[in-house]
Amino acid sequence: MVTSQPSSPTDTAGAPKAPANVRFGRPPRRQRRRRLFGEISRRAFIATGVAGFAALIGAWWLYAAFGGLSDLFLPSPDQVASRLIDYAGGDLWSDAAASFRRVTIGFLISTAMALPVGILIGTYRHAEAAIEPTMGFIRYMPAIAFVPLTIIWIGVGEEQKWLVIWIGTFFTQVLMVMDNVKRVRRELVDIGYTLGMTDLAILWRIVVPSASPAIWDTLRITLGWAWTWLVLAELVAADDGLGHRVVLAQRYLQTDTIFVALIVIGAIGLLMDQLMKFVGRRLFRWAEKGA
Amino acid sequence: MSTEKLTVRNVSKAFVADHGGIVNAIDDVSFALAENEFVSLVGPSGCGKSTLLSIAAGLTEPSSGAVLVDGDLVRGPGRDRGVVFQTYTLFPWMSVRGNIEFALRGEPLSRAERRRVADEHLELVGLSAFADAMPSQLSGGMRQRVAIARALSYKPRVLLMDEPFGALDAMTRQLMQELLTQVWDEHRLTVLFVTHDIDEAVFLSDRVLLMSARPGRLLEDVRIDLARPRRFEVQSSPEFVGYRIRLLEAVRAAQQPMPGGVA
Repeated sequence: MVTSQPSSPTDTAGAPKAPANVRFGRPPRRQRRRRLFGEISRRAFIATGVAGFAALIGAWWLYAAFGGLSDLFLPSPDQVASRLIDYAGGDLWSDAAASFRRVTIGFLISTAMALPVGILIGTYRHAEAAIEPTMGFIRYMPAIAFVPLTIIWIGVGEEQKWLVIWIGTFFTQVLMVMDNVKRVRRELVDIGYTLGMTDLAILWRIVVPSASPAIWDTLRITLGWAWTWLVLAELVAADDGLGHRVVLAQRYLQTDTIFVALIVIGAIGLLMDQLMKFVGRRLFRWAEKGA
Repeated sequence: MSTEKLTVRNVSKAFVADHGGIVNAIDDVSFALAENEFVSLVGPSGCGKSTLLSIAAGLTEPSSGAVLVDGDLVRGPGRDRGVVFQTYTLFPWMSVRGNIEFALRGEPLSRAERRRVADEHLELVGLSAFADAMPSQLSGGMRQRVAIARALSYKPRVLLMDEPFGALDAMTRQLMQELLTQVWDEHRLTVLFVTHDIDEAVFLSDRVLLMSARPGRLLEDVRIDLARPRRFEVQSSPEFVGYRIRLLEAVRAAQQPMPGGVA
């Protein structure tokens, strides 16, 4: 067994020989890629996104053209587009402005109230015990069901729109801000105490800045909801605004106008969301990498 | 070495556990730190050493007993004691310099003076070049250096450190230990340092206090007579190894008689 074997003439002495005839497994024809949670290039992402959107429009167009449905029920994309151009030359801007003003005011009132309450109940257990269960309960009452009540209470003026937005937004905002504040790292608060800071100073200089990126996200998300509550309020009782435009169009069976209004509502919502995202990224650059 | 700077007197701490029972975390611990003494508190996980430090910081109330600084009863957290935690505690929305200046707001200093003191302390930990960096741009070791600079900047009477290098890799940790002894050699300071690393404790300290597992009691109080300034090479000296073995044996002896249940 120990005797040296005659090496074949092709062997180079001492060099580890590649086992040409030994297979460790089938060599893959192509590298197997990790697809789950994999990354794709930005270009591929955009191209796929555009394709997805185009597919939706294409399907809509095909169904409108060959689906045998009347224009009354499903207008074609080009019909809607020309309607949009008409609308943009007419009432679109005043409708959008009216809606935008309402949502801004309603949302700001709600936010101005929700921030202090949310921060308070996120940091003081007594306040949480006193307020949180009530908030949690009211939150589950559908805001839609409050609409008749709001009309009885304050009529159909601007204030009623703000109130509907407030009811739909405030309670959830409070609970979300509370949660944002609760996630502030305790050690940061402890450092504040060891620096001899007062509770108020810690709240203002440590808790609020620390929670601010999360709170900003809460505002961004709830702004989207406020926008949908606004449309609801305008559907029920309004003289102008995008929601009102939908009701008006329904009354005259202008399905294409309904489509236009829905698209505009969606586009403005998306725009506001992207704007908030952009501003948030600017404001809270420090929070991007985990610190 | 005559006056007691920090005194821990008959401190006990009991918790109500989730299962409703009472857990004695710390059982009647007493010790004192002389002025400018560096003392480490060592023990296995769950021996209550961090809780003890938190009590000294005034962030946790003892069930009984008291902590005194310069003979004055501690009634809560305060600027007479600087604290460095194991987790990163820089405020991420402030620059490195801003973090130290923030700590100095409680001092009667002008804006320019705050900046000067902050820069001095950044120099002390060798991070002058990073004064304008944000914490997220720093490595873990650098963050802890800033945290130490911040805790030193307002000149507390006692520095309390809770496993400040616990989250760092072994190599960084050794560099940090050297930096800390160096800083301590230059600016004598009373330090209570919590760690589970016996080597770290021996290397840094004048005295090592060894705690037992739950309930935390003081097992040993060992004076470390290694010459200063200390460099990492000291860790292979026979004296160092002697201390190390003595402490390890004490830990093992305390852990051996553990038949099944300990109350």
